[in-house]
Amino acid sequence: MSSRHPGLNLGEAHGAAHEAAEKEVFGFWVFMMSDAILFGLLFATYVVLQGNTNGGPGPSDLFEIPSVLIQTVLLLTSSLTAGLAQLAMKHALGTRRIVIWLLISLALALSFIALEVRDLLTMISKGGIPEASGFLSAFFALIPLHGLHVVAACLWLLALLGQIARYGLDDAVKTGMLRLGILWHFLDIVWIGIFTIVYVGGLA
Amino acid sequence: MNRRQERRSYAIGYGLALALTLLVFALVGFDLLPRRSTLWVAGVAAVMQIVVHFRFFLHIRLKGQTREDLQLILFTTLLLLLMGGGTIWIMTDLSRRM
Amino acid sequence: MNAHDILLGRLDATALPWHELLLADTRLEVISGIVGLSAAIIAVAGALLVATALTWRRLWGPLWRDWLTSVDHKKIGIMYMVLACVMLARAVVEAGVMRLQQALGSGGGGIVTPDHFGQLFSTHGTIMIFFVAMPFLTGLINFVMPLQIGARDVSFPLLNSVSLGLTAAGAVLVMVSLVLQPFSTGGWSGYPPFTDASFNPGAGPDYWIWAVTLSSLGSTLTGINFTVTIYKERCEGMHMMRMPMFCWTSLCTAILMIFAMPPLTVATGLLALDRYLGFHIFTNDGGGNVMMFANLFWLFGHPEVYILILPAFGVWNEVFSTFSGKGLFGYRALVMATMCIAVLSFTVWVHHFFTMGQSTELNAIFGIATMAIGIPTGVKIYDWMLTMYRGRVRITVPMVYGVGFLFLFVLGGTTGVILANPSIDYQVHNTLFLVAHFHNMVIPGTLFGMIAGYTLWFPKAFGFRLNDCWGYRAAGLWIVGFLLAFFPLYILGLMGMPRRMVAYFEGAWLPWTLVALTGAALIVLALLCLAVQLVVSLRNRAELAVPVGDPWDGRSLEWALPAPVPEWNFPALLVVEGRDAFMELKMKGDHLDRPRDGFIDISMPRPSCVGPVVGAAGLIAGFGLTWHIWWLTVVSLTVIVAAMVARSFVRETHRTVPAAEVEARWNAWRTLADASPRIRRRDEQRQANRGHAFPAAREGGE
Repeated sequence: MSSRHPGLNLGEAHGAAHEAAEKEVFGFWVFMMSDAILFGLLFATYVVLQGNTNGGPGPSDLFEIPSVLIQTVLLLTSSLTAGLAQLAMKHALGTRRIVIWLLISLALALSFIALEVRDLLTMISKGGIPEASGFLSAFFALIPLHGLHVVAACLWLLALLGQIARYGLDDAVKTGMLRLGILWHFLDIVWIGIFTIVYVGGLA
Repeated sequence: MNRRQERRSYAIGYGLALALTLLVFALVGFDLLPRRSTLWVAGVAAVMQIVVHFRFFLHIRLKGQTREDLQLILFTTLLLLLMGGGTIWIMTDLSRRM
Repeated sequence: MNAHDILLGRLDATALPWHELLLADTRLEVISGIVGLSAAIIAVAGALLVATALTWRRLWGPLWRDWLTSVDHKKIGIMYMVLACVMLARAVVEAGVMRLQQALGSGGGGIVTPDHFGQLFSTHGTIMIFFVAMPFLTGLINFVMPLQIGARDVSFPLLNSVSLGLTAAGAVLVMVSLVLQPFSTGGWSGYPPFTDASFNPGAGPDYWIWAVTLSSLGSTLTGINFTVTIYKERCEGMHMMRMPMFCWTSLCTAILMIFAMPPLTVATGLLALDRYLGFHIFTNDGGGNVMMFANLFWLFGHPEVYILILPAFGVWNEVFSTFSGKGLFGYRALVMATMCIAVLSFTVWVHHFFTMGQSTELNAIFGIATMAIGIPTGVKIYDWMLTMYRGRVRITVPMVYGVGFLFLFVLGGTTGVILANPSIDYQVHNTLFLVAHFHNMVIPGTLFGMIAGYTLWFPKAFGFRLNDCWGYRAAGLWIVGFLLAFFPLYILGLMGMPRRMVAYFEGAWLPWTLVALTGAALIVLALLCLAVQLVVSLRNRAELAVPVGDPWDGRSLEWALPAPVPEWNFPALLVVEGRDAFMELKMKGDHLDRPRDGFIDISMPRPSCVGPVVGAAGLIAGFGLTWHIWWLTVVSLTVIVAAMVARSFVRETHRTVPAAEVEARWNAWRTLADASPRIRRRDEQRQANRGHAFPAAREGGE
């Protein structure tokens, strides 16, 4: 069975929405590829600068594994629930179910952000500020950018909820959901890179 | 793919991803292996987890995928290797000569 | 923090264009100040002139309704090209001033101070690349490519408008820097630590960062748009291997844009973090790594030059085949060569900084990769020559540029192979030899391609041809002007003259700089000829009209449409059966036939204010960031986000063009075609050419 675009495909039953999705989702996918290069280069920058602690605090002074683990599980679970929201949409399981899964994803993502902000503030209180060294500058360029992407995805989710309230599940909402799903999974993939290269790389 | 199969796909993907995650964090948290080995295992686990995400969450397979979707992923991967690998090679080379 | 600081950030009277003059002590500083002030006055006067003309003729309404809010790829394409032409005028004048300075600067002195000269070469390069070449080529692809693949528009028309807005915002920001000075003196590549806050804390580098960022965001979105369009909007039967070569080069250009812009965004973004928040990514101290910038910038910079040349190669494909009356030789080879160039362009970036400390092994490998790129390019050159061979070649204006391109670009390419050798590069890097090389690629390659493309497709866009006489004059002046302006630079480079030199004391260099100055003067004349050509053509547009739409006996689908093209492009969706689809139709005699399945209602996207709003907000955000006017930045970024969210709630995004209107338009075209004589190619420059061509392949024994 072939799929017309990356991510969950709505299938023929969704008619015009499935038609429109092909180019809309492909276009968004292409955008994700360019974003992947952007993050990839920030990773490369981090790897180059990670040893430049400039006499200041290093990873072992600043990173907390338990918190990072919780954040990882939160984000991964939100990826699952976002996928389930899309499934519910594809199989027409009712607006209520879709909205519930979306709200759960939102809550998980916001918890992720809250924990991350807490971690960053803790780091700053210990002298782990970006002005202190190349290592910290690279860290603060990469991690908050990912966080900003997550915040943007949450904003988008809220806008979609607004559209569902106003228009119900029309074609534009459906393709919007598909694209949001792709973004959500993509951000989780970038996080895999972050916890591996930054946190595991720093603390192993 | 019917609803049950698709839901299973997400569940399996989640399970695999969680397992890989916990494995890596356990290695680091409990200092189970020397640094080099930990990094290698973590690296391989990361690649595996990314594949899991692609297959079970993003439904991307080698077969039955629109050609351009796959071409784009492969090209992006190639460029990430060239740009990332090239950067690390160049900067290491430079620092060796400093 | 007083009210002035909060309201206006660090903007104060020292930014005003007469400040340099007020501080001037020496004669040089006074002259330099006058030059700077004059530039600001001309910019402001130009803007006021345009505004006055628009007000006087009550054109603000039509400008907003029919152009700025349009999401039609044809109009957006034209607006991109207009933007490029305006910026070209400024950048050429800057080049002229620099040539003048280098002619007068022998023994010190001249007309501009070192600081002013630094701004000149920085704006010249930044404008030429980001605000002339890229917009022009983007505009050309925008206009032509959807027509060639039989589509009604690009995949994301609104995004297209947003891209234009962002690019225009960057251009306006650079123009603002003429009035609220200064601009960066760090060159178009903006290397730290020179552009770091520790050495250049002023507004200059920040202007550069935000102008370039706006442009690169626009280009990334354009790349996405073009890629999806070519993959998803081709008409039935238009397989990838049946597309015109211009579409193949457009696809590879788009892919390069998508993947080459992120490194630039990362480089300028991290530099901004260093400058605004005290980060240590590229700083000399604190654990920064200065070389990372050069690495990141050229990861962008090398694919960028292929973004500049591939669309021009696309134009040459069309020019050589059309004016040789023959299909392109070696289509498959050309496709493979284009794809090879696209991939290889990501493997050679170190050659831009061979001299910055890498080991010989590393340099050698990148040097070999650099030389390898010459091979697919050579394949293209041979294929074009073989297209001309045994064709019936007509020396039209685009062909004059084309032949000039073949000779000059190949010469420039060989200097590239010379530079690819790191040992040689150590001698000539950052001398005028390098400057001559890249201008040798960009002028005969990109610029001649732009002008040839402009000449080729102008009749399609506006319904009348351009005056040939002035076209030939301009072409001749460009070729001779280029030779005189740049070949002496090869010699100067080999004699050791560095680039970006404001003054020098080596007498032997003077004669060559004078020759270069003459060349620059001829180039200015060439530009004037192009301007005169446009005015004359506009005046004589009745005689030059080609409303039937096929003035050159074209081979691809865009020539099947009337000129100017109706908003919906094709009256009915096409089915294509081979390459050179329109030539096929003409040979069968089908090209005037009524659409087989009749006419239906067509759904076209409505105009939208999102593009201009995002552009204006982007401009204001860039300005606010440059001058540290934080409240302004926050407000404008909020506007952008709000516009995006608001747009997502809009549902009435399309309007229907009734079938009757489409049919009426088609009928009018058909009547015109029937009434126009079918002209043979030898008559294509005569007034009888109304755009109805008799296919050359049918002409016996001519």
